[in-house]
Amino acid sequence: MKATQTLRADLQLIADWVAPSSRVLDLGCGDGALLSWLNRHKATRGYGVDFDVNNVVRCVEAGVNAIQGNLETGLAEFENQRFDHVVLSQTIQAMHNTEQILVEMLRVGREAIVTFPNFGYWENRWQILQGHMPVSETIPYQWYNTPNIHWCMLGDFEALCVKNGIRVLERVVMNEEKRIHFLPNLRGSLAFYRVARQG
Amino acid sequence: MSDLTRSVGIVQAQTAEFDTPLHLASGAVLPAYQLCFETYGTLNAARSNAILICHALSGHHHVAGRYAATDKAAGWWDNMVGPGKPIDTDRFFVVGLNNLGGCHGSTGPSSINPATGQPWGSSFPVMTVPDWVTAQARLADRLGIDRWAAVIGGSLGGMQALQWSIDYPERVAHALVIASAPKLSAQNIAFNDVARQAIITDPDFHGGDFYAQDAIPRRGLRLARMLGHITYLSDDGMGEKFGRMLKSGDYQFGYEVEFEIESYLRYQGDKFSDYFDANTYLLMTKALDYFDPAKEMDDKLVAALRKASARFMVASFTSDWRFSPERSREIVKALVAADKEVVYGEIESVHGHDAFLMLDEPYVNLMRAYLNRVAEEVQA
Repeated sequence: MKATQTLRADLQLIADWVAPSSRVLDLGCGDGALLSWLNRHKATRGYGVDFDVNNVVRCVEAGVNAIQGNLETGLAEFENQRFDHVVLSQTIQAMHNTEQILVEMLRVGREAIVTFPNFGYWENRWQILQGHMPVSETIPYQWYNTPNIHWCMLGDFEALCVKNGIRVLERVVMNEEKRIHFLPNLRGSLAFYRVARQG
Repeated sequence: MSDLTRSVGIVQAQTAEFDTPLHLASGAVLPAYQLCFETYGTLNAARSNAILICHALSGHHHVAGRYAATDKAAGWWDNMVGPGKPIDTDRFFVVGLNNLGGCHGSTGPSSINPATGQPWGSSFPVMTVPDWVTAQARLADRLGIDRWAAVIGGSLGGMQALQWSIDYPERVAHALVIASAPKLSAQNIAFNDVARQAIITDPDFHGGDFYAQDAIPRRGLRLARMLGHITYLSDDGMGEKFGRMLKSGDYQFGYEVEFEIESYLRYQGDKFSDYFDANTYLLMTKALDYFDPAKEMDDKLVAALRKASARFMVASFTSDWRFSPERSREIVKALVAADKEVVYGEIESVHGHDAFLMLDEPYVNLMRAYLNRVAEEVQA
């Protein structure tokens, strides 16, 4: 098995939010790096979900239990409140059924962790002012081939949460591994939210 | 890594005799019986590296290798089982057997009933998946295997793997359930019944006691197999392979073989009716129909699977409509709800139900990755 020693910075931030021995569902789990690290270092249990069978194979190689599935059709395989944390890392902006997945995450889990590239980041705004759709390290696509169809800024995501009775428990905004506290919607390129149902 | 050409080589079938009566789900008792099996690879000192391969409707114990170098065909899963193959006989001790009621050497309807000196025929008891698993467990005892590193099967074989995990939780480390279902749908039972009717209504069937009449219900078997074959292939796969190709290039305006697909199906049907026992076919389809591990648990599959302690790999194929991905997802859903470890792959394939016997690349990769995990775990 491939040992995962160090995690990518954004995944490490997510991992820090996950409680030891908790049940984790990682949606769009890719090669299973996050779950592999969590299983080893925090004794978590759970599953990854990915659309791509090759990622399921990579997960198996990393000792992670992955279930091939399409997030667009919901999370029918999972019963209510099965998980402590449900993670959706840099995927929500590429989904058709954005609102549905957010609601589904908090149906099957107690807490959701959602991360996405912040469209309000100043470099994106600058490129738009120059007359082009933004292309950057966090948004490495041209307008005509991007999988990202639902862009949002911090305030937009927070408004969607309010609309669905979802409470933001914690928010971190990063720019290249640095946490941004001052003017986050302008200076931050990546947003991290920990959210739960209200009440 | 991707060497799929090596083979287990020349193999030999073995038989094991059992004289402890087997109490069957039907209430019948099989006083004594014989199981025919093959093994490949070496059982390690810890006896931790054994894998059981459960066969599907028309399968048997000859899983891999050849009996003689001149054999035209190798065992039915030779492409998956062998040295360096996903079910790696350099690491695992692999056991394949012919299930009870079969027609390849294990006690079945065509065997002689010692009580009468005649073939069992219609008096051979109906078998269920749990009955087979019990018999397989006795074979495991005989071979000194307390716990399988994995029980693996496709289709009806996958049902046996699932049943193993429920009936003998402590004896199964991993269950690989491929192109299977937690129970058959009405449509699936319907296909089975058409096949059975084809056999039963063949005048040569003689109520199942055709052996004494020196007859074989070939026409029935042939039709049953032709029907089965249609359901094992996908529309796309069939179209790709045969399309509307004609044997002679033009319409003949008659009822002889014209289209290539007709030729293929008739050939498959003929071949099958030469070697397969009609009673075994009936029995195997009944075992499929009866399979329903949730039945005793208020129809709750989750409750049935809660007993399992194995870890699972479930796989399905996109073009398989006989055992569709939806059916595999029912198993996955129940396993997740029962808090079991499970890996699920939904493999893109044009091969329909037959895909579990093919080598679509993602399927091979998934099997290899999963069984590597198993091998590392049991130190095979």
